Parts: sequence; C-alpha cells; structure tokens
Amino acid sequence: MGINLDSSNVATRENRIGSITGYIGSLSDLANQSNCGTLKGCSRCFSQSSTCLSSCALGQLSAIRDIAIIHHGPSGCSVASANAYYLDKVMAKKRGVTNGTVYVGTDVNEKDTIFGSAESLKNIILEVNRRYSPKAIFVASSCTTGIIGEDIDSIVDEVKREINIPIVAVHCEGFKSRIWATGFDISDHAVLSSIVKPPKQKRNTINFKNFYESARPEIIEMFKNFDLKPIFLYCNSTVEELEHISESLATTCICGTLGNYLGNGLEEKYGVPYIRSINPLGIAGFEAWLREIGRVTDRTEAVEQYIAKQREKYIPQIEEVKKELKGLKAVLGMGPGYTFEVSRVLNELGIEVVWALAWHYDRKYENGDVPPSMEYLLENDIDFEASVADQQNYEVMNILNKYKPDLYLSRHPGSTVWAIKNGTPAVYVADEYMIFGYEHTLEFAHSILDSIHNRSFEKNLARRVKLPYTDWWYKQDVDSFLEEGKK
Amino acid sequence: MAKLLDKQRYKCALGAMQTVQAISRAIPILHSGPGCAQKLSDSIGSSGYFSPNIFPCTSINEKDVVFGGAKKLNSTIENALKVIDADLYVVLTGCIPEIVGDDTDEVVSRFADSDKPVIYASTAGFKGNNYKGHEQVIDAIIDQYLEKSDEKEKGLVNIWADVPYQDLFWLGNIRELENLIKELGLIPNTIFGYDRGIENIKKIPKAEFNLLVSPWVSVTNVKKMERKLGIPYLHYPTLPIGAYETSKFLREVGKFAGVDEEKVEDIINKHENYYYYLIERYADMFLETRVMAKQFSVVADAQYALGITKFLVNDLGLAPAKQFVVDDTPKKFQEEIRKEFENLNYGLKAEVSFETDGYKIHEDIRNHDYHGYPLILGSYYEKEVAEELFGHYLNISWPVQDKVVLDDFYVGYTGGIRLIEDIYSVAVQRWN
Repeated sequence: MGINLDSSNVATRENRIGSITGYIGSLSDLANQSNCGTLKGCSRCFSQSSTCLSSCALGQLSAIRDIAIIHHGPSGCSVASANAYYLDKVMAKKRGVTNGTVYVGTDVNEKDTIFGSAESLKNIILEVNRRYSPKAIFVASSCTTGIIGEDIDSIVDEVKREINIPIVAVHCEGFKSRIWATGFDISDHAVLSSIVKPPKQKRNTINFKNFYESARPEIIEMFKNFDLKPIFLYCNSTVEELEHISESLATTCICGTLGNYLGNGLEEKYGVPYIRSINPLGIAGFEAWLREIGRVTDRTEAVEQYIAKQREKYIPQIEEVKKELKGLKAVLGMGPGYTFEVSRVLNELGIEVVWALAWHYDRKYENGDVPPSMEYLLENDIDFEASVADQQNYEVMNILNKYKPDLYLSRHPGSTVWAIKNGTPAVYVADEYMIFGYEHTLEFAHSILDSIHNRSFEKNLARRVKLPYTDWWYKQDVDSFLEEGKK
Repeated sequence: MAKLLDKQRYKCALGAMQTVQAISRAIPILHSGPGCAQKLSDSIGSSGYFSPNIFPCTSINEKDVVFGGAKKLNSTIENALKVIDADLYVVLTGCIPEIVGDDTDEVVSRFADSDKPVIYASTAGFKGNNYKGHEQVIDAIIDQYLEKSDEKEKGLVNIWADVPYQDLFWLGNIRELENLIKELGLIPNTIFGYDRGIENIKKIPKAEFNLLVSPWVSVTNVKKMERKLGIPYLHYPTLPIGAYETSKFLREVGKFAGVDEEKVEDIINKHENYYYYLIERYADMFLETRVMAKQFSVVADAQYALGITKFLVNDLGLAPAKQFVVDDTPKKFQEEIRKEFENLNYGLKAEVSFETDGYKIHEDIRNHDYHGYPLILGSYYEKEVAEELFGHYLNISWPVQDKVVLDDFYVGYTGGIRLIEDIYSVAVQRWN
C-alpha cells in the first residue's frame, strides 16, 4: 500500500483506495465493478451538506488525554473544540481518570488571509505549551490556511527546536476529500508518524480501535479468557500508551473505516498483524472475528471454548426473538464500515434489507482486497439495492417514500429524525458496540422490536409536520442528480 | 490578527446559517466546504422543518478551489428551488469562495426572477464571528428584499434581539418581548420562530419604529433601516430581566412610542404585584441560604453579561464581582457597554472585561475573592472552575451542555422568576 510516514500529508481515500461517494445500483453490481476495477463514482449537481474530514481527524486526536490541538483557521473550524471539551470531560469521568486535553482555535481573520499568520501561530503554540504542558501538540490546518499556503510544516519544525515533546502538523483542509473518513486516516497518520515508537518487547496486548469505548469493561473481561489485554484507542488513550502500540500482538477495530489505516500502518511498519475479518457485529461476524484473533495470536483453543459457552447461552434466545423479526423490511444508511456489516446482521436476524446506503464506499482496502464485509455478502448470495451517498438526505427520503420499509437504521446524528417524520420507525445505531457479540446482538434485536411495537412518537409527529421536500422531488428517480455513469 | 481562542465561545460568520434557520421556511444554501453546516450546528433545537444536514451545499472540493465553484453554485441553487419547499433561499458563502474569488453575487443575480426570493450574504468565516454573520443576513434582507414603504401601520413595532441558537433562550425571549410590547397596546413584528416568517419580513418597512434590545448586535442593521427604509429606532441596550429592569424597559419604550403614562404604570403595577407576591413567599430562602455568597460573575455575551448583572444587582441585591463579555464585542461599542455596567443601583459599578481568552477568564475567577462560594453563570466551560471554587454554577451561555431549553426564557417579569428558579434550584442542593 505504501503508507509514507515521512510526509505529514496523507493522500485522500479517493486517490489512495479508489473511494467514491456517488453510486446507485445493487450490491452485487457494486462489488463486481470493484473487483474488475471498473467502478467509477459519480458526482452530484445538487447536494446537501455532509461532514468535514477535520471533524473526524481532530475528533479522534482530541480524545487522547493531556494533549493540545491547535486548529489554525477561522473560528468556525475550531468550533468543534466546544464539543471536544465536553466529550473529554464526560468520557474521562466515566473512566474515573482525568483529561487535561485542550483544543484551541486561532481565530484567523481577513488580514491573516492576506499577510499570513505564521508568527502568530508560532506564539500561540508556545503559549499553549506554557499554559498546559501537554504531552504532544497537534497543529492542524483548515481550508483557509491551506489555500493561502500557510506553511504549518515549517512552523512546526521551528518550534520543535524550542519544545521537547512531539509536535505534529496535521493537514486537514476540508475541501481535500468528500470522504470525511479520510480524517480518520489523517489522525492515524499523525499518531503513527510522531507518537508511536518502534517496539522494544512484545506484550500480550491487542490494539482495539474504537470510538467511545462503551463496551470496555466487558471486552477486558472477555479477553482475560485468552490472556490478552485490549488497548482502546484513542478515547482516553495516553501518549505513553500510544508510544507502545507497536508492541501489541495484533490490531483490531470495531469499524473498518475507522481502523483501516492504523491497522495497516502498524502491520506494514512494525509487523503487528491487522485482523482482517468481518467485524464483530452479529453472530457470524463476532465468531469470524474472534477466530481470526485466535488464529493470529495463537489462541484458537481458548477462543473455541469461549464461543461454545457463549453460543449455548445466547443462541436459543436469539433464535426466539428472530421469530418476531421475520419478514420485516429495512432500509439503512451508515458509513461503509457499518452498512455492509449491519446488512449482514439484519439478514441473520431474518430482516430483509431492501436498500442499503453507504455514506461512501472504499473500492478496496489498503492491502488491495475488497472489504471483507462485501465479500461475505456476495459469497452468501445476499443482494439488495444499494447506493453510495454522502448522507444525502433527499435521496434517503426518496427511497423511504418509495419503499415504505418497516424500519430505518442509521448511524449519524440528525438522520433518524427524518425517517420518523416520514412515519418510518427508526433505530439509531450510534453506539459502535450496539450489535457487538452475542449479548448486544440480542439487545439490538429487542431494540428493533421495541421501536416497531410502539410507533406512537413517529405517528404523532408525522401527523403534524410537513416534510420539506417538494412533491416534484418524490416523483423523481433517486439518481436524478448524479452525473456521469448513471446505471 | 490571529489570536489564541482558548475555550471558544462563538462560531464564525457562517454560523449565521442558524439565523436563517430561525426564520420559518427560510433555508440557507451554503457555498462552502461539505462539513461547515454540521460543525456550526448543535443539538439545541436545530432539527426543525429544515435541519443543517439538509441545507443545500456546494461541498467545495479541490477542483473547485482551483477552477472556481460558480457552476456548482448555480446548479445547487437551481435544484434547491426544485427540491426544497421554502419561502426564502439565502445563499451564504464560506471561506473558500471568498478567497478564490468566486463571483457569488453574479450567480445569485441569475435567480432574481425566480418564483421564490433568493438573496445572498457574505459570511466567510475569516470575516468575523456569528454575531457579525447574523448582522450580515439581516443586512442582506434589507438590501436585497425590502423596499421603503410610504404606508405605515399604526402601532407596528419591529423587535430585534440577540442571535438565535447562539442565544439558548432566543425563542422564548423574543416571544416574551412581543408580549410586553403588546401589553403597551403596540403591535409587535418579529421574523424569528414559530408562526413568523416571510410575511413578517414583508411587514418590516411598514413599522413605525424598530426596537432593538441588545447591547450592540444589530445596531448597524437598525441604522441601515433608518437610512434606507426611513424607520426610526429605539436602541435599548439592556435585556430586561426581572421586575426592576422590565418596568424600566416598559417606561422607556412607552415613552418613545407615546403610550399614555398612566397606562404604562397600570401594566407595571399589575406585574409587580404578582412578581413581589412570589418574591415575598421565597424571600426567606434568598436571604437565608447558608451556601451562597453575595458575589457573582457572569461569563457570557454582552447581552446576558449585562442583563443578568443588572438583574442580580438591581433586583436581587447581590454584589457584582468582575463580569466577562466574551462575544468579541467590536471596540467601538465597548465604552458604551462599560458605562452600562457602571450604572447600577446605589452607585455600584461592575468591573467588566471584554475577553475572548478563556484561560485568562478562569485565572481571573480563581484569583478573585468572592467572600464565600460564588455564583458563576456562564458557559459549560465554567462548570469545572466553579466546582473547583465550590461555587454555584448555571449554564446560560454557549456552549451549552448542562441545560435543555425548548421555549424557556429569562426576559421580562416571568423570565426573572425563571432565572431565580434556576439559580436556587442549584443552591438548594447544598447545605453548610
């Protein structure tokens, strides 16, 4: 793949792994085209707002404890600092630790866009260091500072002479990529290139890339069965912890989109195996994932024992609840790290996926393979209509209106509300562990039942509100605004 | 010049998309990067008829940076008009088109004859914060949509207050201001929130005067309306909270509008009687709290810093420590606002600091002797420092994580009671 840790710049997902944001067709067509290399993404002549890659990049980094983020741009770019402050405080409190991370902006103004602000930035870095003595400093660019050519690399090099901690330039101009997940790669790149140290000794740890570590206690307990200790990244990570992730036995992640770059980077640079199975969601996913960890870390026997015990406990319960789910039709919209995984779980539970939207699609992973979740669906003859749309809500609403599913599942803030205004029950699959393992798969099945059994809320609301889309739009084909390569 | 924004308390000018969103059935069309809208929104009632994730957006990419985004803007506006059912489309520019020099004005002018109005406000993030952006949007409405009216509607008053969504209580506040104005026998006209919108915008030129209730935000707007639409204005800098300040407010507005003095006093009496009925019943609690010192600090925009300081001093008899105005108030307004902080009952003066650096604010709070456990009203950032000082803390300014407000308000007589309820709901949780 070629992760170049000598440059502070990361190539975008579009350029690196052929990712796209515009496609409408079927899952099998999408996969076949990916396989034979003919897949070309479409652009749109009308789009609704989506997400900035800097939110993903700096959202990840700002979760690390006791570091500083300096977001060099106008105040709108660094506005994410307010939420980062909140998250850092509540996540640390939940863990019983403290987090002194600071995320500051530089309030770049019109004059700076003309004369540059290298000197101000330098002073801000020094002042932040003086105030907070962080363990590492990440200096991030924005669209504005990127376009005017502010050379943050040189500024970082300059202050490195004065400050003896890792200081990292993070290039996260929002216009660089329509795929916000490129931001995850950017954060991983910053960590890999500036924090992670070469291994000194192997440890019985496994790197676990996730978002908010909600299942942390139970996963620690589970891995005790295999004499493995998970290191959860990056929420509540310390710089010291990150320095040593090259010493782990393997890297795994709860979401392929999130963990792909770090996993491959650690494997390529330090030989830490990256677990490339389907993800631990649902029964098939959990088992395939655990077995792969067992294989890679040489713990197959213990893993099989664990699986057998857990199956005994949960499979009958899951079979029971499946009876009630059978025949339901669902539409889902999520990042690709979840869409094709959750589709599999829905299928497993007897729910028919009528349309799956992925917010983007990676044609291949860093190692050149088609994503395992896709491979699994194809091998098992699971096919449905599919589209790739970077959270284009008007397309989702068009689909919901045409297909009238029993259920809409989504993972991004502000998305489920539109389904319920359409009168469609919605399940917000926000917690990344919501379908993890047997227990949470069972819980997930029950939450679906709870959501469809009482439809009062969406019915009451839908009765009273008008939707913002015109009748004209509902009569159009979903792909009306896609340009080039319509199916 | 770039400056250290430590514990940032405002957004950039493009945050004015929330001002547009507060106008029912008006939708912003963003000529910006793909994620600006998401960044600039928060989950405080922004999932309405339109929500930020459905705002049309040109989602500028690398190619547009090099070759310009005018074509994309054109198709985005054209199709927004077809797909989205709105009354008013407001094109807002982010940083990129303004740096690379897209002629947004020209593209928008192509839609001058469309069925629905399409207007444009320049809101590049580097041009200022969302208080500024708010003014830009109102300016755009004045310049591009409104025309002078020779016909005036008797008693019609346009009311302008602070920035929707940035102000947690914007909806409740503006409704309560309307109620107060109505009681004076006038006809309030506002453009924000439920059941207001394009029809109210159309009525603006017919008003007899503009009433601006804000220390500085929108002063340029009402001046522009005076010049362009011939509408005189009354600038009332203090957000009236509680009986003392609200009665003062009613007298001044009544006087300006030529309302019979006796009528004004009757209204005031009616309200104050009920207000002090409530206060009388709870006065023991206020006086005999064993945990709260008399001194307080407010960390908020000019509106709440001033409004709450006046309320706590002139109404509740507390003592002002240093107050912090964090909205990057333009220099030319600072002196006037400072004078208002120094114009308190019994000759009391509140020291005020116009400061956007949260670190310095917290240092000041830590270094001040509040003679006991202080009362700190501020943003979520003040929670920790208040806890450190065993203080009482209320989250009243952005960012907000500690309070959910649907249509609650702090304005007027009732608003003062609500603020008291909130403060003492915190205080009663402790005992010394």
